[in-house]
Amino acid sequence: MKESSREPRTASQPEAKKHWLYRSENLPKLWVIQILVLVLAVLPEFFLHHHPHFEERGFTLDGTFAFYAWYGFLACAGMVALAKVLGIFLKRKDTYYDE
Amino acid sequence: MTSELAFPPGLIMVLGAMLIPFLRGRQRLLLLLGLPLLTLVTVWGLPGDVSLKVGFLDYMLEPVRSTAEGRLFATIFAIMAFAGGLYAHRQASATELTAAFVYAGSAIGVTFAGDLLTLFVFWEIMALGSTLVIWSAGTQSAYRAGVRYLLIHLLGGVILMVGIVAHAIESGSLAFTAMQPDSFGNWLILIGFLINAGAPPLSAWIADAYPEASPGGMVFLSAFTTKTAVFALLVGFPGADILVPIGLYMVFYGIIYALLENDMRRILAYSIVNQVGFMVTAIGIGTEMALNGAAAHAFAHIIYKALLLMSAGSVLLMTGKRKCTDLGGLFQSMPVTAINGIIGALAISAFPFTSGFVTKSLETQAAANEGMLLVWLLLLAASAGVFLHAGIKFPWFVFFQRDSGLRPKDAPWNMGAAMVFFAFLCILLGVAPELLYRFLPYPVEYEAYTAGKVVFYLQLLLFSGLAFFLLLPLMRRTETISLDFDWIWRVGLVRLLRAFGRAWNRVSDALAAVLDTIGSRLGRGGRRYFGSRVDDGQQVHGMFARAWPIGTTALWIAVLLTAYVFFYYLA
Repeated sequence: MKESSREPRTASQPEAKKHWLYRSENLPKLWVIQILVLVLAVLPEFFLHHHPHFEERGFTLDGTFAFYAWYGFLACAGMVALAKVLGIFLKRKDTYYDE
Repeated sequence: MTSELAFPPGLIMVLGAMLIPFLRGRQRLLLLLGLPLLTLVTVWGLPGDVSLKVGFLDYMLEPVRSTAEGRLFATIFAIMAFAGGLYAHRQASATELTAAFVYAGSAIGVTFAGDLLTLFVFWEIMALGSTLVIWSAGTQSAYRAGVRYLLIHLLGGVILMVGIVAHAIESGSLAFTAMQPDSFGNWLILIGFLINAGAPPLSAWIADAYPEASPGGMVFLSAFTTKTAVFALLVGFPGADILVPIGLYMVFYGIIYALLENDMRRILAYSIVNQVGFMVTAIGIGTEMALNGAAAHAFAHIIYKALLLMSAGSVLLMTGKRKCTDLGGLFQSMPVTAINGIIGALAISAFPFTSGFVTKSLETQAAANEGMLLVWLLLLAASAGVFLHAGIKFPWFVFFQRDSGLRPKDAPWNMGAAMVFFAFLCILLGVAPELLYRFLPYPVEYEAYTAGKVVFYLQLLLFSGLAFFLLLPLMRRTETISLDFDWIWRVGLVRLLRAFGRAWNRVSDALAAVLDTIGSRLGRGGRRYFGSRVDDGQQVHGMFARAWPIGTTALWIAVLLTAYVFFYYLA
C-alpha cells in the first residue's frame, strides 16, 4: 500500500523555527519523560495490595506484580499485531468503492 | 398515575423542529437551545410513574411511560441536542438542523415508549431523520452512503415490525417490557434492535455512512441511533446471554478496524461500535450493576464521543481534510480544538477523573462480580485497546505526529463553546460521579475511586501508551480502507448479478436463434391468431389477442388474491 509521500514541513524547516515538540534534540527528552511517568505508575505496586478477582476459580494472575501494566502492554501489542495481519487481507486502496 | 394530559416529551423537538426553517440568526439559536431545555423540563416535570394509555384494536398502547432508564436516556439526548444545536447552527442548513432535531426528538420518543408500536413509529422517524442528516452534507458520496444507510435501516425496520406483529400474536400484548429471545417474534425484535446497535454482521453502516455527513451532522448521528438501540436492549433484553459474545465481538471489531483506518472520523465511527460493544456485553451480563454500567456508560459515551467528533469536525471544517495522512501538527494553530479533543480522548479511554472511568469500570466490575473470568479479561484488554485506537491514535495523528504544515484557524466560537461545555461535563462526571449515579436505574453501591483502581487503570493505560509509541512504525498510516461484510452486497452481489446477466444473455441469444428458426416457420400461422407488430409500432391484434387487456387484468387479480389468501393463512 502507498505510504503518504508528501514531505512533512518539518524536514525542510530550520530546527530553531520548529515547535519544540518537533525538534530532534528533544525526542530523547520526551522518551525520558514517558519512562519516568511509567516508573511512577508502577511504584505504588510496592505499597498496594492486589485482590485477585477470581481466586476461588484458581486464577491469581491479576494478583501478580504490576499485572495491569504488563497485561495492558501485551494486550495492545497483540491487537496491533492482529490488526497488521488482518490488514493484509482487508486493506484496499481508499478509492476501492468509488468506481 | 394514569393521566390523559401527559404530552409525549419527544414530540416537543419533533414538532418544534418544524419552526427552524422560519427563523434566522439569534432567534433560530434560541429555538435550538430552547427546545432541548423545554424537553428536559417536561421530562423531569412528569410524575415518576406517569403513563398515558390508549386502546388500539385489541391492544393497549402506551405512548408515554416514564421510567428511570427512559428519563436517563431522554436527558442525555436532550443535552446532546442542546450542544449539537449550538455546535452546528452557524454552519448547518435549515434542512439539516430540522432533520437533526426531528431525529433527536424521535429518539426521546423511543425512551418514553411503553409499547412496541409507539417504539416502532419513533424508530422509523429516526431512520428518516438521520438519513436526511447524512444527505444534508450535499456531496455525491454522502448521497450514496445515505441510500445504503437507509436501506439497512429499512431492512431493520421490516424485521422489527414483523417481530412486533409475531410477538403480539404470541403473547397477546404490545407492551414493551423485558423479553427473552425464546420465540420467533422476540428473536426478530432482538435482531431489529441489534441492527441499529451496529452488531455483526451489519456493523459496517456506521463507518460507511456517518463520516460522510457534515461536521455537525456526524455529531448528531453518533449519539442517537446506536444509543437508542442500547436503551431498547436494556429495557427489552436484559440478561440475554447471546448479547455477551455479540458485544465482545463488537468491542474488538471496533478496535481492529479503527487501528487499520486512515480517515479520522471513520476511526471515531469504528470506535462507536467498540463502545456500544461494551454496553451490549454489560446488558448481556444482566445484573443490576451491569445494567447500571451500560446505562451510565451510554450517558458518558454520548458526551465524550460527541466531543471527539466536534473536535474532528472542526478540523474537517477548517482544513477540508479528513485523512490522517494529510493531517498532523494542528495543535499549534488550533489549540482549543486540540485540548478539547484530548479531553474527549482521555474520557473515552477511561482515565481517572473523567466520565469514562466512573462508568465503564461498573461494567468490568460487574463481569468480575459474576465470576466471568474470560469476559473480564477481554473487557480489560479492550479497555487498553480503546486508549490505543481512539485515545491516543486520534489526537496523535490529527494534532501531533509529523507537522503537516497546515496552519488553519481555530474553530468558530459556537463550535468552541459546544466543545468546552462537553469537555466540562466529561470532567465534572469524572470527579463527581454521584451526580450521575443517583439517576441510574438501580441503586449504586460502588466506590469508583479507590487507590487500587486508580493506580491499576493508570498502569493499564500508560503501558498501552508505551505499546503505541513503541509499535508506531507498525501503524504507519496508509491511504486505504478495510473491507467489511458490506463488501458482499456492494461488490460481491453486483459481480454475481453481472455474471448472471452475461450468462443469461448468452442463453437468451441461443434461445432467440432457435426461436427465430421455429418462428419463421410458424410465423404465418402465428400472425393469423395472435396478430403482428406493424412497423410504426402499432399492434394489430390477431384473433386470440383481442382478449389480451382483459386477460392481463384477470391474471393480476388472481395473483393478488393468491397472495391475500396465502398471508391470511400464514397469519
